[in-house]
Amino acid sequence: MTAGQPMDAAVGREPVMDGPAPDPGEGAASVPEPTPAPDDGEGSASAPKPVGVAAPHGARRVPAPVLNVLSLAAGVAVWALLAAHGVGGLPGPEAVGRRAVEMLRDGTLEGDMLASLRRVLAGFALGTVLAVLVGFLMGWYPVVRALCEPYVQFFRTIPPLALIPVAVVLMGIGETPKIFVIFLAAFLSTVVATLQGVVGVDRTLIDAARVLGARDTAVFLRVVIPAAAPFILVGMRIGLGSAWATVVAAELIAAQEGLGFRMQHAETYYDLDTIFVGLVAIGVLGLVMDRLLLLAEHRLTRWQERR
Amino acid sequence: MTDRTSPPKISFRDVGCRFPVRGGHFTAVDRVSLDVGEREFVTVVGPSGCGKSTLLNMAAGLVTPTSGEVVVDGRRVTGPGPDRGVIFQQYALFPWLTVRRNVEFGLRVAGVGAAERRRRADEAIALVGLGDFADALPKTLSGGMKQRCAIARAYAVDPDVLLMDEPFGALDSLTRVQLQEQLLDTWSRQTRTVVFVTHDVEEAVYLAGRVVVMAARPGRVHRIVDVPLPYPRTEETRLSPEFAALRNEVWSAVHHQAPVEAPAR
Ligand SMILES: Nc1ncnc2c1ncn2[C@@H]1O[C@H](COP(=O)(O)OP(=O)(O)OP(=O)(O)O)[C@@H](O)[C@H]1O
Ligand SMILES: [Mg+2]
Repeated sequence: MTAGQPMDAAVGREPVMDGPAPDPGEGAASVPEPTPAPDDGEGSASAPKPVGVAAPHGARRVPAPVLNVLSLAAGVAVWALLAAHGVGGLPGPEAVGRRAVEMLRDGTLEGDMLASLRRVLAGFALGTVLAVLVGFLMGWYPVVRALCEPYVQFFRTIPPLALIPVAVVLMGIGETPKIFVIFLAAFLSTVVATLQGVVGVDRTLIDAARVLGARDTAVFLRVVIPAAAPFILVGMRIGLGSAWATVVAAELIAAQEGLGFRMQHAETYYDLDTIFVGLVAIGVLGLVMDRLLLLAEHRLTRWQERR
Repeated sequence: MTDRTSPPKISFRDVGCRFPVRGGHFTAVDRVSLDVGEREFVTVVGPSGCGKSTLLNMAAGLVTPTSGEVVVDGRRVTGPGPDRGVIFQQYALFPWLTVRRNVEFGLRVAGVGAAERRRRADEAIALVGLGDFADALPKTLSGGMKQRCAIARAYAVDPDVLLMDEPFGALDSLTRVQLQEQLLDTWSRQTRTVVFVTHDVEEAVYLAGRVVVMAARPGRVHRIVDVPLPYPRTEETRLSPEFAALRNEVWSAVHHQAPVEAPAR
């Protein structure tokens, strides 16, 4: 992923006359194959197997969702077992479940989830929108790329968390610094992915569009954007992951609510139950959001050849 | 435009193309002059690296000549345009569009209305025999079907000139023969000028009215062989002694050249 090298395979602004024979080799060498969604091919609408109807006996293959549920149940059982045999004061599933119900009753869990979700969504939305914009500009205009690349590469090496102190000093302790670091986390992963998507567009497809009469705008809208979409979606999923990772830490900054705040607050009372509720809630919310993006990805990139 | 009785459709006038390489230039095409008449079917053969694609791309407007000019219909080529359709060896279909939408692409960017677009696309799709696959995505098509889709996509914008760069090179021989026949069939019923690059001598002779044999380093026209066999051509054409003689003639023109090494740096 060393997108740092100068790249003359620049997706042509005025490609009209230069760049003859397609030369996707050299410059684009750093771009990976567009193989997003490394994980399951299941879960998409393309495999609508009747899940509720339990596997008929004699069926050779147990459907994946059934295995998922079984594996989850086994995990909870192991957890319960470990807790029952007193591993370092580990709370069991029932204790955590009870605490979760309590917190739902008095509204703290919903409040915290909503607060965290709001921050993540705000930072993530700002970050990805700007990243897609900047990524396209960088990929399309070599000048913009040369101007932006050093900053993108530099900030990419700094974990967003390390910027929290700076953000607090500069922006105070309100919502702004929290959303800012989440924004940065989402922005950096998406911008690099978008750039790679744009730079990696098959030169022949651009030529094919142009010989069919497409001008720059049409080439951009009808070829570059769709061709880069899989990369962008992968970037967004990674961005979402780092946004979630960042929110908890960001909420350690004098927040009044939020899952991260709740867990930190509970820590001072050795309240492991609450901490676990927070952990599970973060995991579940992150998973749900990731699945939603994956679904979008499947819908938008169904045309890709998958291996 | 004016008085000449039959002006050439495509005119390569002293065209050259040099690429900058480390420590100088590499001459891919050196001063080629060639006229292709209206409705003519010309094939271009030559050893690998002799500049066939470069020559074709200059006519397409995808590569700018560094000397001379290519003139189509009396106008100097300065960029690609829908009057010259191009078929690439690697199909170059838009993988996110169905067959029909691929074929509609040129009409869409030209602002043709939906109904008209659909009608013309379906016509082109039917012409190449892909009617049953109009809603399929490229990834579900075989190589031959992909190339037929690419051909339909070029037909849909109804270009006067068809520039084809080893379009059947990646196909098995049976499919290739089918597509050759289909191509000749449509060509003979329409008023299109075709320049067809291939490395297959048999294909070059079978399709063409004239075979341009190129030589390498620098890329230039080595010989032009007229193919006076009548159209429509059939299996019998392929088996005729005249065909064999022409094939041998072209074959030796191609192969009795000095061997070509990789371009020097
Ligand atoms: N962009 C480029 N930069 C430098 N050299 C190039 C470039 N494009 C083509 N060449 C060189 O020009 C020569 C002609 O290339 P071209 O692709 O036209 O050959 P070709 O006859 O089509 O070969 P093939 O039959 O293998 O397709 C080759 O030696 C190639 O290395
Ligand atoms: Mg070639």
